[in-house]
Amino acid sequence: MLLDRQAIGDLALGAAFLGSGGGGDPYYATLLAEAELERRGPFEVIGLDALADDALVVPCGWIGAPTVSVEKLPNGREAIDGLRRLEEIMGRRIDAVIPIEIGGSNGLAPLFAAARLGIPVLDCDGMGRAFPESQMAIFNIRGLSACPSILTDASGSLSLIETDDNLAHERLARALSVAVGGIAHLVEYPLTGREAKDHAIHGTITAARDVGAAIRTARGRSEDPFAAMFAALEATGLYPHAGVLFDGKITDIERETKDGFSVGRVVFESFDGASRMELDFQNENLMARRDGAVVAMVPDILTVMDRETADSITTERLKYGQRAKVVGAAAPAILREERALEFVGPRAFGYAQDYIPIEEIGAWLKP
Amino acid sequence: MRIGVDVGGTNTDAVLMDQGKVLAWTKQPTSADVETGVADAIRSILSQSGVSPARIASVTIGTTHFVNALVERRELDRVGVLRLASPSGEALPPLTGWPRDLVECIDRRCYLLPGGYEVDGREMASLDENALRAAAVELRDDGVTAIAITCAFSPINAEMEHRAAAIVRESHPDATITLSSEIGRIGFIERENSAILNAALTTLARRVVRSFARACAAIGVSAPLYISQNDGTLASATQAEAYPVMTMGSGPTNSMRGAAFLSGLGDAIVMDVGGTTTDIGALSSGYPRESAISADIGGVRTNFRMPDVLAIGLGGGTRVHLDPALYGATELDEAAFRIGPDSLGYRLAQEGMLFGGNTLTTSDLARLAGIVSFGSADGLPVLSSTVLAALQARMRTMLEDGVDRMKTARGAVPVLAVGGGNFLIPDDLRGVSQVIRPPHAEVANAVGAAIAQAGAQVERVISYEAMDREAAIEHVAQLAREQVLTNGGDPATLATVDIEETPLSYLPGRAVQVRVRVVADLLPPPSIGASHAA
Repeated sequence: MLLDRQAIGDLALGAAFLGSGGGGDPYYATLLAEAELERRGPFEVIGLDALADDALVVPCGWIGAPTVSVEKLPNGREAIDGLRRLEEIMGRRIDAVIPIEIGGSNGLAPLFAAARLGIPVLDCDGMGRAFPESQMAIFNIRGLSACPSILTDASGSLSLIETDDNLAHERLARALSVAVGGIAHLVEYPLTGREAKDHAIHGTITAARDVGAAIRTARGRSEDPFAAMFAALEATGLYPHAGVLFDGKITDIERETKDGFSVGRVVFESFDGASRMELDFQNENLMARRDGAVVAMVPDILTVMDRETADSITTERLKYGQRAKVVGAAAPAILREERALEFVGPRAFGYAQDYIPIEEIGAWLKP
Repeated sequence: MRIGVDVGGTNTDAVLMDQGKVLAWTKQPTSADVETGVADAIRSILSQSGVSPARIASVTIGTTHFVNALVERRELDRVGVLRLASPSGEALPPLTGWPRDLVECIDRRCYLLPGGYEVDGREMASLDENALRAAAVELRDDGVTAIAITCAFSPINAEMEHRAAAIVRESHPDATITLSSEIGRIGFIERENSAILNAALTTLARRVVRSFARACAAIGVSAPLYISQNDGTLASATQAEAYPVMTMGSGPTNSMRGAAFLSGLGDAIVMDVGGTTTDIGALSSGYPRESAISADIGGVRTNFRMPDVLAIGLGGGTRVHLDPALYGATELDEAAFRIGPDSLGYRLAQEGMLFGGNTLTTSDLARLAGIVSFGSADGLPVLSSTVLAALQARMRTMLEDGVDRMKTARGAVPVLAVGGGNFLIPDDLRGVSQVIRPPHAEVANAVGAAIAQAGAQVERVISYEAMDREAAIEHVAQLAREQVLTNGGDPATLATVDIEETPLSYLPGRAVQVRVRVVADLLPPPSIGASHAA
């Protein structure tokens, strides 16, 4: 599959939705991909079937503060430096790269690196959405090591992280990203082809592109972009249930930074004032309660979208008075396994609450 | 006494104000020759009031010229872009994502030079003065005089941009330099885009602002000339020549500011009804709420301050689409008719039915309903009461939805109805406590220009662990107050109108982006007694 300019735009729209409120606005990542497209032509994305079991597959993406990422822009060498050093360490060439997370700007990050190295991007990722920390990747959940891992920045610094403890890896990478100015590129969880096939979340790039294409097409025809998006999500098979959980206006928003995270709660009220929703977030949206009852929770996807355009609104851009729909979608099945929920379920985020699948609660608003 | 002028696409409005009162006003069709149009409007209010030009303390003009030039791609300068951010940003060169035709107009020369700051204020790379000089010389030899300078994190520390400008001027004295820190906020690409657009307007801005100055001089007004800015504050003629993009969204802002002043209400929804649209905005403490979304100007994403305005396709010239066979119907299906979004605009006076034309408009409906008495009822069709009620109900719904979208809280809010078509707004609207039509509502925009204040906005990233929150806000406010005084503000009237705090995730030390906006009344010029200041 080749991604052209239109497909990049679609991918960005879909990735923004899968960001579940986090992962950063993909606008700059889109510009970067478009600039590279001008220079080198469409990007190549291949399925996992085409991959040899002994291939070397490398997840990558950006780590740091979204605010810094829109001011300290990429040099272009960050990913290349990191991947080249990994090749030296591993003593072999990298066969393909994948996004560590499909949600938000990282969903587009590997395209640039892949084009520069002349290798394809695999149609998969490590989170199926966006999560705030590296150890929430499926590869950690499945017991693989994050290392050797390499962190690079625009000024040319390179740090090699070696540890057996993936939680320590996240802490080191986070501290290093702050030390180099708040934004860095991270190469982590190098995989064999077999491991990628067994553990990565398959088909997420195609899924994000399809979701974005559905929104774009519906807008072009003045049709309901939400209905089109839900149909596209369900058709992916990855996100088999999706719908609107609330339609209203933001009437209150509280937020603070705690341990580097933007933590808060946003309150919506319906237009007739009869119903309200509280949405908790920690960078990503975590838990939604409607009129006091829980209607969806992490790892299911919860995204606030402009009710007219279906543009995804990241938690940083939530503003008092915005009119929006809160949309929910079932997370990929792999994230709902018992072991996965220990890392990405509600208890992992401090809730005294067992995970209940969004479709089991079934609190969708009627279309 | 102060004069305010608003040069719109259709009308040029002017008011003469003294001690907060409107002494004279005029509304004239905008002439192709703006200089004459402005002079005619000012002459008209002076002769109406019998006031001598020598008694005028200031003239403030709002204009839509610059935005039109960008949209129509005309009279744009070639631009030299000096970016101080390398090694960061090399993968995203300037003008990435711009429409091709605009890139061709601007015919840019880009230099990616070392420089910029980190988020914590450290230098990312030091400024390479030799490389900068070499770039300035190349631009000079190439005849490029419009230059945009952008440095990473310059909204937090503008020092490097200023230093670079001084170096460029040494070898390229004719350069007109735009500094990104003077225009936009955090968001490098949007701020750089804004700076480049601004630089492209250099020649046009000089020409337009000077033509305004000539218009004033021609009628003997020697008072200082100001141009009103997007945020409702003033730019001196010199500032406006240097930073025209800061004046591009002043039309809606002036209407809202004028409405606040004329009604005495600082917190309200303003509905400005023109010929083609109703512009709806929210006032907070007498100033328009700013747009949180990047403004797209001529196909380019920017981030300079713009008012948050919702334009709905309902104005005095808006067409009403209904099969004449249904004019007398006793039942009317919702799908059988449509209001707008097309409008007769300035052709209303020829083609509207109440002016003897053949096209049914919203003004005709207002005449039929007995809301207005202008025009002639002779040419109007006969509509059944059911049909007229259905059409009016639709208009009401459009207006009510618009108000609801701009409200920030659920309770009922007052609406200030202004603009030439304000009669289209009913006296009662859902979610509205009362509809107020202030005196001189039809020239609220010119009033907004006349009363514009000196202002400044300062933005910093501060660690609330290193500095106490209150102290941090006070520190930023102090910087803003100093700038307001430099801009001619009266120290006795300094007021903080907006404080915004945005916590930044994934940064240590509770880093918060703090933005403070301060305004003050303009100090009267020394030659005029303080008692004349409005």
